[in-house]
Amino acid sequence: MPREIEINPVTRIEGHAKITLKLDDNGVVSDALFHVTQFRGFEKFCEGRPMTEMPSLMARTCGICPVSHLMAASKACDQLLAVNIPPTADKLRRIMNLAQIVQSHALSFFHLSSPDLLMGMDANPAKRNIFGVLGEYPQLAKDGIRLRAIGQTVIEILGGKRIHPAWTVPGGVNAPLTPEKHQQISQLMPEALEIAQRTLVWFKRNLSRFSEEAAAFGNFPTYFLGLVTPTGGLEHYDGLLRVVDARGQIVEDMVPPERYLDIIAEAVEPYSFMKFPYLKALGYPQGIYRVGPLARLNIIDHVGTPLADQEWAEFREMHRGPVLSSFHYHYARLIEILYGVERIMELLADKDIMSPRVRARARPNRDEGIGVTEAPRGTIMHHYRIDEHGLVTWANLIIATGHNNLAMNRGVLQVARHFVDGSKIQEGMLNRVEAVIRCYDPCLSCATHAYGQMPMRIELRSATGELLDQVGR
Amino acid sequence: MTRPSVPKPAGVAQPQVVTLRIDGRDVSARSDETILSVARQNRIDIPTLCYLDGLSGWGACRLCLVDIKGTPKLLPACVTLVREGMEVTTDSPRLQKYRRMVLELLFSERNHVCSVCVSNGKCELQAMAQRLGMTHVSLPYRYPRLEFDSSNDLFRMDHNRCILCTRCVRVCDEIEGAHTWDCRGRGIETRIISDLNEPWGESSTCTRCGKCVNVCPTGALSQKGTAVAEMTKRVTFLPYLTLMRNSDEP
Ligand code: FES
Repeated sequence: MPREIEINPVTRIEGHAKITLKLDDNGVVSDALFHVTQFRGFEKFCEGRPMTEMPSLMARTCGICPVSHLMAASKACDQLLAVNIPPTADKLRRIMNLAQIVQSHALSFFHLSSPDLLMGMDANPAKRNIFGVLGEYPQLAKDGIRLRAIGQTVIEILGGKRIHPAWTVPGGVNAPLTPEKHQQISQLMPEALEIAQRTLVWFKRNLSRFSEEAAAFGNFPTYFLGLVTPTGGLEHYDGLLRVVDARGQIVEDMVPPERYLDIIAEAVEPYSFMKFPYLKALGYPQGIYRVGPLARLNIIDHVGTPLADQEWAEFREMHRGPVLSSFHYHYARLIEILYGVERIMELLADKDIMSPRVRARARPNRDEGIGVTEAPRGTIMHHYRIDEHGLVTWANLIIATGHNNLAMNRGVLQVARHFVDGSKIQEGMLNRVEAVIRCYDPCLSCATHAYGQMPMRIELRSATGELLDQVGR
Repeated sequence: MTRPSVPKPAGVAQPQVVTLRIDGRDVSARSDETILSVARQNRIDIPTLCYLDGLSGWGACRLCLVDIKGTPKLLPACVTLVREGMEVTTDSPRLQKYRRMVLELLFSERNHVCSVCVSNGKCELQAMAQRLGMTHVSLPYRYPRLEFDSSNDLFRMDHNRCILCTRCVRVCDEIEGAHTWDCRGRGIETRIISDLNEPWGESSTCTRCGKCVNVCPTGALSQKGTAVAEMTKRVTFLPYLTLMRNSDEP
């Protein structure tokens, strides 16, 4: 008899999600559906608002990576104004964007994931958190907290605020970098660099311990999508779209972000408010692809900063090509942190970085604008249309977690097949499902669950709704 | 709209000097002055929102409510004239409660989303809420669907942030002399309109002087192109302008 298992992880801010596992007649998991059951309607409520409000409005999409949405929205608005923003503004935005990557990756790696890695998936949940790590691996925990604080501080120095700075505006940024601020940021960087290097050394030394997870966690071939520089280097703020396949072959290259609709389309499923983007050329649902740190490191030809370039070469050696296991999102994050710090240091050394010319002023000159950037979790696309008075008439957002939607379903399915046995749910299922989702670091994770765990419930029900088994916490 | 301007004592009678008590202090004043202006001269601060130095009193926001001994109702200080022997209380737990309630009503009436507003950090409504300790809105928000008029070249009007203080109406009429702005509808349905309810950009009377934008206490009227928290208003021009106008009078 076909049955369904429901997993109900509830997080407090970024969305309410649950997972349903479908069993076929033989009790084998046939499908995994990751539902996002909360409707937020961002695209709807920005209609009729002035375009200048978009960066701040859109930053509210997320409390963890608001800067990424600020950047994408600001870039879309730059296009609406039809301006080339001053080069210094471009560099300053990059610094803030990288600081955001560093802080968000630090949160994901140290606060959210390191407890699983260090204590094991089945450790007592009361200890399997950052405080548990603090007790047993004080140096690592302190490093993580410090690194995140450094990223946050850079954002605060530049934008005057940690979470939702209003400094990035259509046409550039609204205040230049003063010598004092330059100095404050510069002083933080050597420490960040040290932490990034130290953590990478530690992670690589322990890599063999995680080989089982790496093999089982979302390890399947997919395409990868992301931005690259015109020379194929790592890019987070601007750049061109590239898609590679699971063997590392480039299938789309140097696509201007404005043409994103040439390569991807979005499907809608009745069970989720989250849309399902897929690669147009392959169709739905075959056109499954992943974005984010792992994807970015899989699509590039080189990184672009000396230390991170070395690490990247080693990373790619692991599998002699693209790294397929979602587990290695963690590894990729560490390399990106290193890159971020190196790159911020390069940008700070730029001779024009303190130039007072940081904003281009214009009226809306185009009726359509598209901004694409790489958020910590992957490519985000903001697409707006405005009327002749500069009021938004239509908006479409594709966020990183959306791109990974199909891949997350696939990952959960893979785990579920291991852990569901007939009408019984085996021990350890909750933790593994949670860990798979966490690899993608979806925006469903939030500040509150950083210090605990996702409250989850799995129910195994027969087709008639009879409760066969349940686990929860 | 009809203007309930501050009543002038009838006839040619010269204003007299009266004495009254405000918050237990004996003060003297001219009989054609409002409680608000006398209080301020004596450094007693009464919170106001719709009142603006240099414009006529209007009495729209009711934030300046004061208690007058022997009067059953609370009265707005900005439009109530002093009288001989009055005993005025400008601050009490009861008044504070009413003022906070007025603010809560203002916040719940339209869509005041400070975090994405052009006036965030520079808004008189927001500042007043902080000053009077309004920590939350206990009434349900109405979330009305309101227009955003961006048809003017230089400025824009966001009805979501308007508190109907009518400062724009008064400055346009009394100082600029254009009377582009006015009110339409009644009560909660009231809207500020330009000319005969036409898009602002099509107004034939608007001189694009920007005075209305500068006197607007919230982000309802703003300069085009300003992003969040970038709108700084300058109202200091007003008292000077009024002073000069008045000195022209015979
Ligand atoms: S200031 Fe007196 S009623 Fe508004």
